[in-house]
Amino acid sequence: MATASTEIRVTPEIAAEHGVTREEYARIQQILGRDPNITELGIFSVMWSEHCSYKSSKVHLKRLPIRGKLVVQGPGENAGVVDIGDGLVAAFKIESHNHPSYVEPFQGATTGVGGILRDIFTMGARPIAVLDSLRFGEITASKRTSEADAAKNRRILDGVVRGVGSYGNCFGVPTVGGEVAFEPCYSQNPLVNALALGIAKKEEIFLAKAKGIGNPVIYVGAKTGRDGIHGASLLASAEFTEESKQKRPNVQVGDPFMEKLLLEACLEAMRTGAVVAIQDMGAAGLTCSTMEMASRGGTGIEIDLAKVPQRETGMTPYEIMLSESQERMLLVAEKGREHEVLAVFKKWGLDAVVVGHVTEGGIARINNNGRIAAEIPAHPLAEEGPVYHRPIAAPAPRIQTEKDWFAFAPEGTNLTANFVKLLASPAIASKRWITEQYDTSVRTNTLAGPGASDAAVVRIKDPKSGAVKRALALSTDGNGRWCQLNPRVGAMHAVAEAARNVAASGARPIAATNCLNFGSPEKPEVMWQFSETIDGLAEACTVLGTPVTGGNVSFYNETLGKSIYPTPVIGVLGILEDASRVLKIAFRNEGDLILLLDGAGPIDTATVGARYIVPSADTSRREFSSSEYSKTIAGIVAGEPPVIELTAEKRLQDCLVALAAESAVQSAHDISDGGLAVTLAESCFASVVAGLQTGSFSLGASVQFDDLSPAESVLFGERGARAVVSASPSKLARVLKIARQYHVAARELGKVIREGSFRIEYRGSAVIESSVETLRDAWANSLERTLTAK
Amino acid sequence: MKFGVVVFPGSNCDHDAFYAIGNVLQKPVEFIWHQSEDLANCEAIILPGGFSYGDYLRTGAIARFSPVMKSVEKFAKSGGMVLGICNGFQILCEAGLLPGAMMRNSGLRFICRHVHIRVEQTDTPFTNAAQKGQILKIPIAHSDGNYNCDETTLADLDKNRQVIFRYTTPDGSDDNAGNPNGAVHNIAGVCNRERNVAGLMPHPERAVECALGFSDGLVIFRSMVEALVGAAKATA
Repeated sequence: MATASTEIRVTPEIAAEHGVTREEYARIQQILGRDPNITELGIFSVMWSEHCSYKSSKVHLKRLPIRGKLVVQGPGENAGVVDIGDGLVAAFKIESHNHPSYVEPFQGATTGVGGILRDIFTMGARPIAVLDSLRFGEITASKRTSEADAAKNRRILDGVVRGVGSYGNCFGVPTVGGEVAFEPCYSQNPLVNALALGIAKKEEIFLAKAKGIGNPVIYVGAKTGRDGIHGASLLASAEFTEESKQKRPNVQVGDPFMEKLLLEACLEAMRTGAVVAIQDMGAAGLTCSTMEMASRGGTGIEIDLAKVPQRETGMTPYEIMLSESQERMLLVAEKGREHEVLAVFKKWGLDAVVVGHVTEGGIARINNNGRIAAEIPAHPLAEEGPVYHRPIAAPAPRIQTEKDWFAFAPEGTNLTANFVKLLASPAIASKRWITEQYDTSVRTNTLAGPGASDAAVVRIKDPKSGAVKRALALSTDGNGRWCQLNPRVGAMHAVAEAARNVAASGARPIAATNCLNFGSPEKPEVMWQFSETIDGLAEACTVLGTPVTGGNVSFYNETLGKSIYPTPVIGVLGILEDASRVLKIAFRNEGDLILLLDGAGPIDTATVGARYIVPSADTSRREFSSSEYSKTIAGIVAGEPPVIELTAEKRLQDCLVALAAESAVQSAHDISDGGLAVTLAESCFASVVAGLQTGSFSLGASVQFDDLSPAESVLFGERGARAVVSASPSKLARVLKIARQYHVAARELGKVIREGSFRIEYRGSAVIESSVETLRDAWANSLERTLTAK
Repeated sequence: MKFGVVVFPGSNCDHDAFYAIGNVLQKPVEFIWHQSEDLANCEAIILPGGFSYGDYLRTGAIARFSPVMKSVEKFAKSGGMVLGICNGFQILCEAGLLPGAMMRNSGLRFICRHVHIRVEQTDTPFTNAAQKGQILKIPIAHSDGNYNCDETTLADLDKNRQVIFRYTTPDGSDDNAGNPNGAVHNIAGVCNRERNVAGLMPHPERAVECALGFSDGLVIFRSMVEALVGAAKATA
């Protein structure tokens, strides 16, 4: 039966409606040697969409370091793969699902998680952990956010969190970490970035490369419906307008149960040895999977759409090719052994149908009931798409004077009230209310779940014997505010913080994945932010030894012409050689010494009481104006991110890894959002100790030290390359020796105490003094109070 | 002695139960596919946690019709030891092998956290190695763990001492405060009248190693091992 849509005559105007420019249309005509039909136009439009083709980012992404001796598979496959020893590899990648999550928060988030999980098990790796990096508009009303907007943001957060939880929990992968941040710029455009990690045997990694002329092409998984058509091209590759809400039908719907079956069936099918190649159907569904498999394999492919399992009747070739129905896979089997593969899927109750075969000659031919619906050379389509050198222009420099900067409180001011306010701010407050909605312990590998260590840590069980030796640590980080103020330095901080978090768990950072969330690439200043970010990432990843193994670029994060902050989110993976040596943030014993490690400190005087080179008053105010404290207490977001010294970061990270390997310290916690005071308090909060008579209680901290900078700068400043560790007095000499060996300054600040009090004395006056319980209440419960308020 | 872990489509704690028994306790264990009616001579059956059949319709509602459940029912009726964990507990309730039913958590959200449960009865094959009143710290991870039943059943449960685990606080002083999901009478786990079938919402298989921070769940599996050893001796 001929379908109506195949008869639509394609014109440049129809092409424009598909987001295809005049030049791109001419290129399509050139590749085909004729006008495309509507199905072909649809195929080109999704393959050449920003989301799938990286046409604006490609020229910049080339500058990222992608090689390393542990890198088994760099960018370009479904996920990056690194060697983790003993014949095992880790596959990991982060991806965005921003626009769908705004249009339909629950389904947007579920399908974001589902998509990244498929990317991992498509490689033959069993997913063992998920992290989610979420950004929302402000959830409390303020000068910058109305109550109506705050309420809307709370609803979006609730939907996204339920979505993330619902998918991971049902699928059976622990959601072990991530981050949640709030800025007004994400109000109309939340960021939902999901990272998944999987494990496989090195020789059992699968690639998406069609091979073997005549080999059957098999469609497996969920049936194809009309959902998600143009998700990639229209939803992800265009900015938001008032009409975007009408794109709800473009959002896909997730079914984690189906995905769980697909996981088990795919891994089992791969074990038969009859699978040659496999590719998930994510963005641009059947189009992307057929074209990319053929293109990568240097072959052609021929499929018959009439054989594709369909959920609805009367679907046109256009709709079938562009559907983004979830939980589907395309695989190539060895000819003559397809029955082995089909049997596995039958066992799991899944559709599996031979829909075509691999052909010679590089042409992708899509048939429908004996008629050719599309005929396109796969390689030019997949690899010779448009590449843009978009114009770049730095924005006009911001004129700022000291009036715009944070003014420090006079010496001796008691800062306890401000500290309580900071602890209760959504950015700093405990995310327990959110993370408890995620299954964090399924698969029994979680050595450090949310909040226990600076990074999420999962142990690796040998897939055969179950024996445990190593563990993997993961952290995702980004700071949109800093990137807005200085994209290059902000991007470096994102890498540095993720790597520092990994090191603070005791693991050695080995590789990175990135999710680059930006505004419209058609704006020169956005492309400037992007280019600066890439340079910052490249430099930081090089110095810190974490090559980029993959990731994703998300442009067009803007609504009604207003861009989000440039927000690179970096995931860093690390290896912990001995799974029993995870460092956690919790103080452990009364009487332990609290030390500040500083990779940028003066090591020649690296002893108790060393003084620091203090930045000039102006520098310090300018930097401090970009801190969480400045934003929360004074409502000031200005200045510059803290100066970053990557070699200092590297020294600190190496030192932390060495301290963990020698079990020299009891706890480690890096200094980041909220500064030193927050770091100390969190180490107290985490230290719930079971008392024999008294039930449980937290340890406290008593800290006293001097410096030259104002108290607020010292307690709440967010300069990097620093961490707080605690050590038993008998290990002090050892810790100092290791610190010196790595050229890291170590300075004794005080002691862990038993009475639940928290006290910081600075230059002779008590600047913070409170019970741990008062502080904990502000920190632990404020998010829940905000989010469950009626 | 051999344990069997049933695998339903959507089970996702099957590997964890298998690992706890095979690697931690080092006892023989094998998976049993839901379409099999052959329990492979296993002497104890575990219905693991997860989302069997995607929790469609109602948790456990479809899984109870799996072919394997016919055999599990026969096995249970003949005195065989069956433990349902989380989704497994829900399935046992749906199958009528345990009294009661699950409702959505009172907070209407999925909850994953460590809870404390008190061992209320020790004359069961699942708790014989524990002390009466012993408090176990074990994780929960569920949306539908709000155990409920009618007044008559509740009275029966009490009369027959079938409530074997109750939520409580770490020191055991306040059961209501320790109840995470609204379960009636703070019930975390029950057994049948014959005491050979039990279910609980917390996940003991996730609390069997100090490396993961908790090993209180071990006592449940050790109890099962001891019961099996005892039964073997009795037959010999």
